[in-house]
Amino acid sequence: MDPLIELLRNNSNRSPKEIALALGLAESEITARIAAAEADGTILGYSAVVDRLKAGDRRVTALIEVRISPERDGGFDRLARRISKFDQVRDCFLMSGGYDLAVIVEGKDLLDVATFVSEKLSTLGGVLSTATRFELKAYKENGFLANGGGDEERLPVSP
Amino acid sequence: MEYDNKISNIIRDLPRSGIRDFFELVIGRTDVISLGVGEPDKPTPWPIREAVIRSLEKGQTSYTSNLGLESLRIGISEYVTKHFRTTYDPKTEILVTVGVSEALDIAFRAVLNPGDEVIYHEPCYVSYSPSIKMAYGVPVVVQTREENEFALMAEDVEKAITPRTKVIALNFPTNPTGGIMPHEELAKIAALAVKHDLLVFTDEIYSELLYDGRKHKSIVEFPGMRERTILLHGFSKAFAMTGWRLGYACAPAPLREAMMKIHQYCMLCAPIMSQMAGIEALKMGETAYEDMRQSYEQRRNLIVSRLNGMGLHCFNPGGAFYVFPEIRSTGLTSKEFAIQLLEKKSVAVVPGSAFSSAGEGFVRCCYATAPELIAKAMDLMEEFVNEVRGKK
Repeated sequence: MDPLIELLRNNSNRSPKEIALALGLAESEITARIAAAEADGTILGYSAVVDRLKAGDRRVTALIEVRISPERDGGFDRLARRISKFDQVRDCFLMSGGYDLAVIVEGKDLLDVATFVSEKLSTLGGVLSTATRFELKAYKENGFLANGGGDEERLPVSP
Repeated sequence: MEYDNKISNIIRDLPRSGIRDFFELVIGRTDVISLGVGEPDKPTPWPIREAVIRSLEKGQTSYTSNLGLESLRIGISEYVTKHFRTTYDPKTEILVTVGVSEALDIAFRAVLNPGDEVIYHEPCYVSYSPSIKMAYGVPVVVQTREENEFALMAEDVEKAITPRTKVIALNFPTNPTGGIMPHEELAKIAALAVKHDLLVFTDEIYSELLYDGRKHKSIVEFPGMRERTILLHGFSKAFAMTGWRLGYACAPAPLREAMMKIHQYCMLCAPIMSQMAGIEALKMGETAYEDMRQSYEQRRNLIVSRLNGMGLHCFNPGGAFYVFPEIRSTGLTSKEFAIQLLEKKSVAVVPGSAFSSAGEGFVRCCYATAPELIAKAMDLMEEFVNEVRGKK
């Protein structure tokens, strides 16, 4: 992978100047390449990874396992894209195995998610079944351990 | 009681580690950004820690063979064959030690008679000269210089050779400079060792951490060297295992046997938990450190440009995780620089003078620290340097 993209995936919060020094390139080149990656859709967006519990976010998250019937032209894509367009859907992946789509849904409470599933998702033409699994607690998110996870301490000076 | 005459003359006369002095200034402060460490910023990779937890659950808490667990020695043999293109017999030529520090100590003790001379290079890690003295040897220093990017020049080594010379001790990439050895210079030193029938101790602790696409070559790989080399290596730096204290020595059987005699009486064996960790680390191999190495390279680029940008001349070191900027232009000694930087800006670096007089005029900055912290530390150091210069 492009080292610039790798670097941004690990931490998108670094200034172009700092990235330029790390990669040994000109700052203007970094800015231009980031702009190009944003324009061509390589970079989809930026967001902070948050410990939702600490942030006082009481919304609920569910993983919905969705089975759908593929269509003659386009397979799963058309329906998967339709599902992805709902604001409630945070992530949507085509999966191998016992079901087709893993749909991660966020709602303000259980009822909110349940309503979305029963009224919006399962009523879509082509959706054969859904199974809703509510998230209880996050231990690791996007590569970051919740609760810091690290109480390892280094000496400030060592040989 | 008058203790001075109760303590051995050699130990009484040994200086305390300069790092220790500085450590005591920093300890207890919580607001410090530290570039003063000599270890990776991440804890040991989780699979290694997890393997040790499992071994403890199974009750693996006993002594091991003095030599170390056989499966670990087999793993070490394979690793050394791959990385140093030199093969050692796990049964007769490998000894597992408590870090490279122990390995170095017992290697000196195994070969030196009182008055034998050991050639080593400065600036270097703090233990070389004391270890030689504690083994009744005579340390003979060869200075490495910034103009050579702190590589050791064979002609300087040759000048230091006398009829009493027994060992040349090498450690590249080097702590504190990050300097590495050009292969042609290493070949010349190997030829000198053969010509004068000398032993060579090569401390390879930073050998995995090389940048800009370089491949490490050890002196043991040169003609005539395997029979006269003790190769010392450990898990601390590449596998982020400093606190496990696990190292090893590879040497021809008679030398390994001599070291083993000391090791069995003074240490018995390396802790079994650490040895279990070592086995898992070798199973992971390069995957344990390759990402880390790549990120160090980026951090090195960052810190070298920032230091040069603020007018502190700093060569671009090829290995380890240290940079060694020259601070003479500030008019301060390295100790003054480090202490004032700590007091005024809460950034900790280690004075070069802690690594011998050859390090005066430099400070050691370790860049095994998060890039955000490096950037912040560099901002603060730049302010400091400007303030010092403004005053002059």
